[in-house]
Amino acid sequence: MGLRLTPHPSPLTSIKMAQESTENVIDQPEVLKPRMITIEISGKKYEVPEGVTVIKAMWYAGQEVVRGVGCLGGFCGACATYYRTKDDPKVKTCLACQMAVQDGMSFTMMPPFPARKAIYDIQQLKDPKQDLFNLYPEAPLCRNCNACTEACPQKIDVREGVWKAVFGDFQSVSDMFMDCVMCGMCTPVCIADIAPNLVALYVSRAQGAHFAEKPAGLETRIKEINDGRFNGEWQKILSMNEKELAEHCATVK
Amino acid sequence: MDIHALQQIVHKTRDARRKQTLQKFSPADRDQLIHKYHPDFRAKAYRPLRFGPNEGEKTVVELATLLEGDSGIQDHADLAPLYTTDVLVVGGGGAGCAAALHAHGSGAKVILATKLRLGDSNSVMAQGGMQISVAPEDSPVTHFIDTLKGGHMHNDHDLLKVMVEEGPSIAKWLIELGVLFDRQADGNLHVKKGGGSSKPRLVTCSDYTGLEIMRVLKDEVINQKIQLLEFAAAIELLSDDEGNCTGAIFKDLDTQRLVVVAAKSVILATGGIGRLHIQGFPTSNHYGATGDGLCLSYRMGAKLAHIDTFQYHPSGAVYPEQLIGALVTEGMRSEGGHLVNAQGERFVNELDTRDVVSSSIIRECEEGRGIRTMSGRVGVWLDTPLLDVEHGSGTVEKHFPAMVLQFERFGIDISKDPVLIYPTLHYQNGGVKIDTNSETNVKNLFVAGEASGGLHGRNRLMGNSLLDLMVFGKRSGLTAAGRAGSMKQGKLTLKHLERFRAEARKHGNVSGVISPMVLPAYTRKVG
Ligand SMILES: Cc1cc2nc3c(=O)[nH]c(=O)nc-3n(C[C@H](O)[C@H](O)[C@H](O)COP(=O)(O)OP(=O)(O)OC[C@H]3O[C@@H](n4cnc5c(N)ncnc54)[C@H](O)[C@@H]3O)c2cc1C
Ligand code: SF4
Ligand code: SF4
Ligand code: FES
Repeated sequence: MGLRLTPHPSPLTSIKMAQESTENVIDQPEVLKPRMITIEISGKKYEVPEGVTVIKAMWYAGQEVVRGVGCLGGFCGACATYYRTKDDPKVKTCLACQMAVQDGMSFTMMPPFPARKAIYDIQQLKDPKQDLFNLYPEAPLCRNCNACTEACPQKIDVREGVWKAVFGDFQSVSDMFMDCVMCGMCTPVCIADIAPNLVALYVSRAQGAHFAEKPAGLETRIKEINDGRFNGEWQKILSMNEKELAEHCATVK
Repeated sequence: MDIHALQQIVHKTRDARRKQTLQKFSPADRDQLIHKYHPDFRAKAYRPLRFGPNEGEKTVVELATLLEGDSGIQDHADLAPLYTTDVLVVGGGGAGCAAALHAHGSGAKVILATKLRLGDSNSVMAQGGMQISVAPEDSPVTHFIDTLKGGHMHNDHDLLKVMVEEGPSIAKWLIELGVLFDRQADGNLHVKKGGGSSKPRLVTCSDYTGLEIMRVLKDEVINQKIQLLEFAAAIELLSDDEGNCTGAIFKDLDTQRLVVVAAKSVILATGGIGRLHIQGFPTSNHYGATGDGLCLSYRMGAKLAHIDTFQYHPSGAVYPEQLIGALVTEGMRSEGGHLVNAQGERFVNELDTRDVVSSSIIRECEEGRGIRTMSGRVGVWLDTPLLDVEHGSGTVEKHFPAMVLQFERFGIDISKDPVLIYPTLHYQNGGVKIDTNSETNVKNLFVAGEASGGLHGRNRLMGNSLLDLMVFGKRSGLTAAGRAGSMKQGKLTLKHLERFRAEARKHGNVSGVISPMVLPAYTRKVG
């Protein structure tokens, strides 16, 4: 068997039937004979098995990674990485836990970037759409270069989002940036020193706190609880013995 | 065979399956299934703890080894504090952020220390949603009952009542902070039905619920100027002469130096254990989910609850290899996705509780009705294209953008092709035993979130964890802050460690490892 990169063995070694027949087996020639490929990590060459994630390739190469790994699931943005594939001049971006390595690839993790985050008290804002210009005065200076959009590994139209924020379309911005993992890759590329993700975060929070409708049903439920509407039911349930409670539970479908 | 060829059976049997309704198992069948197939019942994976607060109780070998492990701190370490605070929060996930914000909000000085960056946690990954009884036909009492059933009646009633009753006000708090929950046309919160729940009760932010909540809470922690120590891993707690908790020792992961923090109260919000890869399972958890809080508390003398039960989420990705263990959200089954074996048959009501669904998947695979990958993994199909068939094309893309993107990166279109799944180690059902203020039996030591235990009984119901984090994060923060004014900072000693070491020696010594683990050792030893 070839190299197994995952640090954990399959728990299923006891499975006989499925293993004996070749029916229902997915072909993965690359797994049986992992092809070793050459990649470059921060300018240094390493041989690693083809197809593992960028982070696993770093572990395989013997590197300790502390800064640069977080959720390992594509949600936290800790693993922002620049990469280039063989012979292609274009430097692209990815989340290292969500990208497979290929032969000739070179990559480097993005260092933390000292972007400025505005400080605000979201609940005290009087005019959030106007306040945007005080908190992020650089936002309207976007020069439309589109570098932020090209840098986004989550495929958000970041440039469009910045414009929509400036024009006060907070609803659209909050929809567009729901996928934002705050990896910050849109920031170092910005020629107007905008941190689009931070602008969008402010806008989304303002949208949620100030412009989204207040859910009436939620208020009603809170009031019901405070007024003790469920006290009778609670009393009934909490005074049951184990058996009665189990029987009662069985009636709730 | 080519994966597409194997998938044909799912496409072919779809129409027939749509007409089928599968009953949930009877309680007796359910018990039998779980006892036979659930990993919690593999006796060989367990051993009793030899000493400490839970002496004699069984847990998985991986955890037992760490609980009986030794501290990396020597008896005569220098304990001069670098920082002093009222409330020290350890962990930067949902529970940690909620605790820090509430403690800060009631006037206490707070330090939030975390192992990776603020927010790098399990919390950012929660996709399915948060259970809160907001629907008119629902109630906190029904939420209580559903949870109790899910937890096999082992839940702590007091903790559970507090959680379900405070749910709605937590939703309100989050909305005021700007969290964008999905809404119905009338502006009310949209609720989805989750596995094991009798009423629709999951509030969501598309399939980014945890991410959205964490983006907002992180931003708020920074806006409130709460002091942050990132890349600081707690490796030992501190106690005074009475054995009360008085602070913690951290290792700065950038400089490898030790940092001592004196605190009137400590709140551990260090999350789960997935990266221990119990019984060899892959995991859905973040890099730092190594059960550190359990080891730290155990050495302090805090009792643990339900540490013999873990949640294996039914749908961890099995293919492609790069996504091993990653979660395929339960939302897919909530919206009607079928589980299908190699013969094209359904084998379980997909909305049964996680332990039941996981056990039945394991059964299918062990009895030879699984699909095998050449990496030696087995799984069953989750019929994702069915969602578009049932609810109109574009449903998968619209409701599960995160999922779609994750698979698309590897050339798989989950709206057209089913995905291969197998249970993945997901959640620690038990943890450090707490009271309704989130305090342990060690005074001034609080534990909140996944690291705590009792609330969820022997099986957590989906969506209850996010609520747990917020409710008990809040309660721990408020209680710790409320106490700070009338309290002096206690002495900083390692007496608890001396006691623990003495006990260990009596029982043929510690397990030989240093705990907590801090980070899993994935780096290949070259040469
Ligand atoms: C993929 C996935 C999907 C999920 N989906 C849902 C869902 O839809 N609904 C739901 O309710 N629940 C869900 N859960 C469960 C839920 O997300 C977690 O139980 C919850 O987020 C745990 O929160 P926490 O704050 O306790 O821990 P975490 O969010 O994991 O945070 C723990 C923090 O502590 C830090 N830490 C750990 N050890 C140390 C140390 N020694 N020193 C300093 N810091 C330390 C970590 O780095 C991290 O920042 C999901 C879990 C996963 C993994
Ligand atoms: S918008 Fe910026 S921070 Fe957000 S995911 Fe895209 S590149 Fe990353
Ligand atoms: S990178 Fe900056 S200047 Fe260019 S489009 Fe984006 S926000 Fe505008
Ligand atoms: S480690 Fe979190 S996105 Fe990659």
